[in-house]
Amino acid sequence: MLIFEHSKKNRVAKAQIPATVITKTNIPSNFLRKQKPLLPEVSELEAVRHYTRLSQKNFSIDTHFYPLGSCTMKYNPRGINRMSQFHGFLNHHPLSLDENSQGFMICAYELQEIIKAVTGMHAVSLTPMAGAQGELAGVAMIRAYHKSRGDHERNEILVPDAAHGTNPASAVQCGFKVREIPSNAEGNVDLEALKKVVGPQTAGIMLTNPSTLGVFDRNIQAIAKTVHEAGGLLYYDGANLNAILGKARPGDMGFDIIHLNLHKTFATPHGGGGPGCGPVAASARLAPFLPIPMVTKVGDAYQWLTEKECPQTIGRLSAFMGNAGIILRAYMYARLLGREGLRRVAEYATLNANYLLARLKAAGFTLAYPTRLASHEFIITLKPQAKTLNITALDVAKRLLDYGFHSPTMYFPLLVPECLLIEPTETESKETLDAFADTLIKILKEAETQPELLKNAPHTLPVRRLDEVKAVRELDVVYQEPIEVY
Amino acid sequence: MPFIPHTEDDVKAMLAASHAATIEDLFAEIPKELREVDLSTIPSGISEMELSRLMHDRAKKNNSLSCFIGAGAYEHHIPGAVWDIATRGEWMTAYTPYQPEASQGSLQLMYEYQTMMASLMGLEVSNASLYDGASALAEAILMAMRLCQTKNTLTILLPQTIHPHYRAVVHAIVGQHDANIIEISYDKKTGRITLQNLAPLAENASILVIPQPNFFGILEEAEELTAWAKQKNIMVIGVVNPLAMALLKPPGEWGADIACGEGQPLGIPLSCGGPYYGFLCCQEKYIRQMPGRIVGRTVDTQGKKGFVLTLQAREQHIRRAKATSNICTNQGLMVTASTIFMSILGPQGLRKVAETSHQGALTLHQMLTQVPGVESVFTAPFFHEFVIRLPQSAESVLKKLAQKHIQGGFSLNSTYPELRECISVCVTETKTEQDMEMYVKDLRKILSC
Repeated sequence: MLIFEHSKKNRVAKAQIPATVITKTNIPSNFLRKQKPLLPEVSELEAVRHYTRLSQKNFSIDTHFYPLGSCTMKYNPRGINRMSQFHGFLNHHPLSLDENSQGFMICAYELQEIIKAVTGMHAVSLTPMAGAQGELAGVAMIRAYHKSRGDHERNEILVPDAAHGTNPASAVQCGFKVREIPSNAEGNVDLEALKKVVGPQTAGIMLTNPSTLGVFDRNIQAIAKTVHEAGGLLYYDGANLNAILGKARPGDMGFDIIHLNLHKTFATPHGGGGPGCGPVAASARLAPFLPIPMVTKVGDAYQWLTEKECPQTIGRLSAFMGNAGIILRAYMYARLLGREGLRRVAEYATLNANYLLARLKAAGFTLAYPTRLASHEFIITLKPQAKTLNITALDVAKRLLDYGFHSPTMYFPLLVPECLLIEPTETESKETLDAFADTLIKILKEAETQPELLKNAPHTLPVRRLDEVKAVRELDVVYQEPIEVY
Repeated sequence: MPFIPHTEDDVKAMLAASHAATIEDLFAEIPKELREVDLSTIPSGISEMELSRLMHDRAKKNNSLSCFIGAGAYEHHIPGAVWDIATRGEWMTAYTPYQPEASQGSLQLMYEYQTMMASLMGLEVSNASLYDGASALAEAILMAMRLCQTKNTLTILLPQTIHPHYRAVVHAIVGQHDANIIEISYDKKTGRITLQNLAPLAENASILVIPQPNFFGILEEAEELTAWAKQKNIMVIGVVNPLAMALLKPPGEWGADIACGEGQPLGIPLSCGGPYYGFLCCQEKYIRQMPGRIVGRTVDTQGKKGFVLTLQAREQHIRRAKATSNICTNQGLMVTASTIFMSILGPQGLRKVAETSHQGALTLHQMLTQVPGVESVFTAPFFHEFVIRLPQSAESVLKKLAQKHIQGGFSLNSTYPELRECISVCVTETKTEQDMEMYVKDLRKILSC
């Protein structure tokens, strides 16, 4: 039932409505709203019950194992959430005077410093509100850098075929042409192909390393050299930073600009699709172009850096300080873990991935890159089973839901057929990984004996497979009800 | 090891299964010289108890005084139930609903949100949210540019009565495209844009943005401006305060094509500036050029109603370089809170909050302009925010007020040089008559020194 179907005319949640008597207005009547908006008229209890019950129809990290590749669904510490809601943070206006905002500014400044250390970059801006906005910032910085040098011919961004869709989309949003670079059989960027296409038109390359193929590109230094010698810049997509956190740094690999996903690597909650937070970090030569505002320290005081201090900035990307509450959460996570704990993130994420890979390999699953070690994630392909058993990766994914496991990322990256991209993260125990492996093995057996169990899955969730074609053809994106007049 | 559950025995067994002697062996594919990382500048880890103490101390250094600042972020009462429910793990720690059968909660909520927001804007459809109000305006302009379907450089009319930070974001994001962004000055007496300001620029313009209320709190003659724009075949985007739309005529009723803005007033705490969320609504015929997630209702294989992400062919994960935007997420959790907020307040509650805020602003405006030396700056009607001119340096007066635990407003000095020593002041339903009297009393004292 929709909340609107609980609605009854003139029911109000009285405790929440100001008791003011309205006697004054200076708004002319032709400026006033005539139609009553379609908001529910329910009691507070009805609203609470409705949204509590709805929540129970979701999978989440707090309730389920969620091995979504390239999404880093690790535990989001509850204590951090609680501390981020301290009065001084939660009720603080973003345009308060600097001297009244030092509490937040210290945290932001120190997070900038931690990110510098852990990525090997020179300067950090925390403002981008998601990974994709970090990418937009990074590509805009590449553009601004070349422009500042009078280098107007560089109109092409190189993107490997395994890249996230946001990479080419971000490049296009900044007016670049996108050229795709193939991966080789080992999952690395095809270096020879790269050498053939770089040139005076190359503005830069966008890379994820380890890539979404679940492997670390061993040629990264050669790639950096090739692109830099052609006058281009290297952009690091931090989607998979969890794999190398504290173990290797993009700055040392030769990257000029990177973005991080704090909602992945720094354990801030995904919130059902946001808010994220996508800070950008830059090498010394790219630092002047970082988006504003940033925080600096002068003596004992923390101050904002704006266009005044940063005249070459690409500008502002949000009305205030990005997703400040997420910045706070990421800062707290870094302080809880400290330098030792941050390094263990990559170590145990990698251990978990390689262990799960070993178990599935032993059980006869086909690895996309059998000669490689897993990073923090790896890919299995169900292409053989698709042929012999007539099942798809989708069938397996949906059947996993019946067993209480969220599906891995499926059909991505696009170049591996019938693939599942599996990222267990460091916060899962061996028992959970074993249970997941056992379940995948069981599902494969079901595929042999009772394939309809897979074909018709899920069986136990609030709905069965949904008709996405109908959703597009007979578009229904708002509930329709007769409109009333105030 | 915070949040890592492995016992020593686990690690041994797992390494053995992985055919590795040590964890370090699992990193063998990373060149050795890249694996020498110095993290010594990062502090050692601390316990949650120690961190709690530290953060209490930091939170105290953020002085949250009696707040009369608006300027794009507004303090409203948020029912306790809103965040109690929104921070349930099932909402907060879920991912983007790519597996619809395992995400019916988030998906249905977003469908309900789309319904509420579209209706509040008087428009037919809504997306499932964008990052914040400023970036939503940039996305709305990019969307309108795609709808103009021309290869020529487009001219966009951007009034200076729009939040200066919003304009900065538009320049940063839309400025990456081939666009001619013209800032429109306002009438210095009324504080709003007029047809006299606009008319000379009509010929080549394709898109007009109208704020309601504007950055000064003033009500623009939105309906009249829209009618003018429509005659000239100019697309209209309304950038509005959604709470005000419970009281004021919404963009759909003006005849606007697109509405966008900041969702924060609807149940999102001030929170040092974010996370908030942006909203975007439009006429249905434009939906295929909309950026961001959209949820649709459909049926499952048994004919039962259910919800999915729809029109995904617009999006980056399908279309890659040909996508309508690069946006990958919405602000799911903020929308969750906001939807619960709107459900609890309902149409009557939301309108009452808007009316109370407006009435409070009228009251404080009257009180402040009776203080010797303080002047009202603009003559047109306002919603819950207004501009006054102080007889002394605005910065110094605001600092002195802060010492008396009052955040008196936002200084316009740096963004509107013509409005020297002017501040914008906002009143919401959270301010009592006593709060206002205290403000006025302290201001009198400061000015008489």
